Amino acid sequence: MTALVTSTERLQRLLALVPYVMNRKVVGLAETAQAFGISERELVDDLNLLWCVELRAPDPYCPIDLSYEGGEIVVSQAESMGRPLRLAVDEASALLVALRMLAEVPGLEDRSALSRLIAKLEAAAGEAASVSAQVAVQVDIPDHDAEAYAGQIRAALSARRRVHLRYYVPGRDETTERDVDPMRLLVVEGRPYLEGWCLRAEGVRLFRLDRVLGLDVLDVPSAPPAEAEPVDVDQGLFRPSPDDALVELELSAAGRWVAEYYPCESVTDLEDGRLRVTLRTPDTGWVRRLALRLGEDGRVVSPSSLVSGVREAANAALANYVVLSQGKPGSAGRSRGNCDRQG
Amino acid sequence: MSKRKTERLLGLVVCLLSTTRYLTAEQVRQAVPGYPEQDELFKRMFERDKEDLRDLGVPLETGVNHPFDDDPGYRIRQQAYQLPELRLEADEAAVLGLAARVWRRAELAGAAAGALLKLRAAGIDAGPENPMGPDGGDEHSPVPQGIEPRLGTPEPAFGPLWEAVRDRRPVTFSYRAAGRSDPQRRELEPWGVVNRHGRWYVAGWDRGRDAIRVFRLGRIAGAVKFCGPVGRVIVPEGTDVRELVRDWDSAPAQERTALLRVRTGGGVGLRRHAVSVQPDESAPGWDLVTTRFADLGWFADYAASFGPDAVVLDPPDLREAVIRRLKGVLA
Repeated sequence: MTALVTSTERLQRLLALVPYVMNRKVVGLAETAQAFGISERELVDDLNLLWCVELRAPDPYCPIDLSYEGGEIVVSQAESMGRPLRLAVDEASALLVALRMLAEVPGLEDRSALSRLIAKLEAAAGEAASVSAQVAVQVDIPDHDAEAYAGQIRAALSARRRVHLRYYVPGRDETTERDVDPMRLLVVEGRPYLEGWCLRAEGVRLFRLDRVLGLDVLDVPSAPPAEAEPVDVDQGLFRPSPDDALVELELSAAGRWVAEYYPCESVTDLEDGRLRVTLRTPDTGWVRRLALRLGEDGRVVSPSSLVSGVREAANAALANYVVLSQGKPGSAGRSRGNCDRQG
Repeated sequence: MSKRKTERLLGLVVCLLSTTRYLTAEQVRQAVPGYPEQDELFKRMFERDKEDLRDLGVPLETGVNHPFDDDPGYRIRQQAYQLPELRLEADEAAVLGLAARVWRRAELAGAAAGALLKLRAAGIDAGPENPMGPDGGDEHSPVPQGIEPRLGTPEPAFGPLWEAVRDRRPVTFSYRAAGRSDPQRRELEPWGVVNRHGRWYVAGWDRGRDAIRVFRLGRIAGAVKFCGPVGRVIVPEGTDVRELVRDWDSAPAQERTALLRVRTGGGVGLRRHAVSVQPDESAPGWDLVTTRFADLGWFADYAASFGPDAVVLDPPDLREAVIRRLKGVLA
């Protein structure tokens, strides 16, 4: 990466390097290189470059004096470069937007540190802070329950306790009970999740807080096994496995939201704003429910078992309405009735 | 990267920082090594250098020392250049480290890392991880406070729209509105970008519609282009972009009551938010579920998704909408 830095990026680093060392009086080469994300060799090149700066007029002189003997850097003279450059608009905004988002994260107990830090950064950034007000991130807190669960999860994390969850799985429309050893509280795409080792599934699982129906912190120590790898959230939360079933859907213009909402493997534009998408899933139950809710705005193309599953469910559901209007509710249904197409 | 250019720019910054008087271009050429002899070349190079410094946020001032001076001079006031004194408590520094991780690999990740670097340079210790590494530190390093918030910017339109908001520039793009088949050209004075339910939106003044409009970035097709100079957009005083997006996203709706027959043991999602659930005396194996809904279309879709496990009894328009959905599946 460092091979690709531009002259101005390197200048930025140099302008930060001088005050970094000065503010620490003496600092090791290795430690500094690590802080700047460069090799020691690159750091030495930077230091040499700084030391070589000379101004020729009115009288020639070298404004920066430093040494790095014995692996310790000391800057003995740096003129007016002793303070870092002010935060740029992008920089101030990146931090302030992130901090204001943090302020909305449920269960964060250290709100006072957060608001003090925001105030200090706003003051230090001055003018550069003003644009950050035009970028906002909203964290969804579905209800008071979710807020309370987040607090409990934070408590369980710091006390290293196992939790018991009652959790709703919409794809199968069922409530599950499970014990989980909490690993992290994630906030991704504006939504809070508990990441933990699920003892029932024997794997790392993510639980959306708005689907938690109940949570108890158990008097049992939490012990995620060594193989419990945290999810790399930057790669997307739900990465299908190649073993998962491949589902193909065709969407009308009104059904395009599906492609925005679910991670699709491929998205192809068809005429009239229609889309053809493919996605992989370990459990096709939710796709069946999705197809039912899409009605004519979405059609399962394959696999054929899912195509017939959706039709059967729609037929059975419609049969309920017919039976009902005749005053004999409930006899059709789970049998996935072989009812003829209605009306 | 050119080492000579870095040296020259550094010399220029040091030179202009250490003068209280304005220095003319000629004086700069005398003082800073690395500028060419030839006048035209020098002029061009100096112009580019000034631009580079301004892009970095270096407050380069132009002025004259005496009203009669012909040539403008340049200087950098230390007070304008320097990050003001800033001291953080340990708990504040911990939160800072957390904030810097929020954008990791998203559009403003570089800016966040740059900010952290400057704060570190000012003597602040914000956690051990390295902000400039290819992936901004070790994913498996201990997470401060067990919390890991992330912001993504998968929409390609985010970068140019953020710049447009920052620089107050109007933009134009083609947009595919929900449910519409053809994208349309829109011209917008952007007031701000907002992330809601994990998606990015831009709000502002739609020049074609002569009205305030909100657009979802994911529905912008193709490139976002600037269509006016920097500083042209004026955000009206008191504008709350968050509120604009919220209002656009959730039209105020009248809540209504629905009565459904839900199979015992099924329709868990419907029962979760129910007002009341009781066994249906007239139909063994079924419960009567009363629930509130605001958006008829949305709730009809939702009820249909339960297939044969739920039957809408009332109101009739909801019932009809569900039947229509289900028939649509078979169409």
